[in-house]
Amino acid sequence: MPGKFSLKRAHATQKKQDRQPNGHLIDLRQVVKTYTSAAGTFMALRGLQLQIGSGAFVSIVGKSGSGKSTLINVITGIDRPTSGEVMVDGTAVHELSEEQIAVWRGRSVGVIFQFFQLLPTLTAVENILLAMDYGGRFPMAERPDRAMALLQLVGMADEAHRVPHSMSGGQQQCVAIARALANDPILLAADEPTGNLDSRSSELVMQLFGTLADSGKTILMVTHDRDLAARTHRTIRLADGKIEDEILNH
Amino acid sequence: MRSSTTRPGAVHRAPVIMELRAVEKIYSGVGGQVTALHCIDMRVRQAEFLVVTGRSGSGKTTLINCVTGLDRCTSGEIHVAGTAVHRLSPEKASRWRRHNVGVVFQSFELLPTLTAVENVMLPMDFAGSFDVRHQSRRALELLEAVEIADHARKVPAALSGGQQQRLAIARAMANDPPILVADEPTGSLDSVTAEAVLRVFDGLVERGKTVLMVTHDKDVAAHGSRTLTIADGELLDAAERASHA
Repeated sequence: MPGKFSLKRAHATQKKQDRQPNGHLIDLRQVVKTYTSAAGTFMALRGLQLQIGSGAFVSIVGKSGSGKSTLINVITGIDRPTSGEVMVDGTAVHELSEEQIAVWRGRSVGVIFQFFQLLPTLTAVENILLAMDYGGRFPMAERPDRAMALLQLVGMADEAHRVPHSMSGGQQQCVAIARALANDPILLAADEPTGNLDSRSSELVMQLFGTLADSGKTILMVTHDRDLAARTHRTIRLADGKIEDEILNH
Repeated sequence: MRSSTTRPGAVHRAPVIMELRAVEKIYSGVGGQVTALHCIDMRVRQAEFLVVTGRSGSGKTTLINCVTGLDRCTSGEIHVAGTAVHRLSPEKASRWRRHNVGVVFQSFELLPTLTAVENVMLPMDFAGSFDVRHQSRRALELLEAVEIADHARKVPAALSGGQQQRLAIARAMANDPPILVADEPTGSLDSVTAEAVLRVFDGLVERGKTVLMVTHDKDVAAHGSRTLTIADGELLDAAERASHA
């Protein structure tokens, strides 16, 4: 697999995890999230308990409104729980200020969205460089080579200097995955990453996740596709803001 | 120059900042060729608020993409702020955009994982413009100008659509480009928030910036200092045709 430095760092992360008392990369305790609007109060998460070990490839399934996206948003710090604790790699995410969360997320989590969310005015490689700029984890001089290596890893090196709108959806999502890996995060969080892709592109993305999981990345994927979920290590099914059941796939 | 529905007192004497000559854009696909733009001639003067209006599929977005260098025209010439944009590679076009043109999209295209102020600092950071301390001060000033400074530390999802679009405008102006180009900027907004966005454009034009906006909405189009209509990839000129009738 190309991108040797990713592997090296994945091992370094692994060692750090082993030193943690409970060994969980993600530890959610009694997480409640309520939204209040003019229509009343809606409880999106109802006291969720969840532990995920380092290096796991986990899918989260459930009907729309079951709390899937909210769950991923509280883990990545995009949203804040109303009560409860969200620990990720020893960081109490729920206690961080907005500003601290952004810095923490930039360095620790790579987020992948259904609609890719690449900046349309930047080329593929620039989209990745931008994320590195924000993470500040790699020295300036290393960044261009690292960005190209990541594009190579996702099979998009030939598209490095194209802008997003000139690429297919599948290509854009691969670039978005390369961007998510820009700062070598401990966790990849993907919210319906194949939701806007045809089956061939979905397959490409799933293969990429498989390779990354094999190299030790922890991946959390929200999906409504049961077949794709079955290809992860563990599937967590949500219903009405609670875990309904869990399946160990393999 | 093509005359058109120009309000009195418009900027006739200002220098031409954008010029398109015989621009063609042809897409080739499995189904054959589609002419998205045909023989477009257009000039925009500095501090104009030019609106190009037309139905979906008329070539509006292709026009915007060619002008901003996000796409390349098949033939013809596009000169923007002194640069022959039609000759730029995608890579060079991206560098050129940083300081010359801010782009605003219908769906805002903000980075969901960054706060408002970070979204605005991002283009400055990337272009290496302004020193770091000046960057955050400038970002806050830009947020203030679009009246969302109170939301500086929020992520886009915590903002309303209108607030997100004003944030996107602040980001587009981060490196102080002379030109702002907007593709259906009010397309996802209700009329009240759309009005607020259009007022922000007015403010930019008053400060000497040039705004090019495409929209399918006739009411929104009426807001510009000059309006052109595009249909089937060609610019129509109602005023000119009327005077020759």
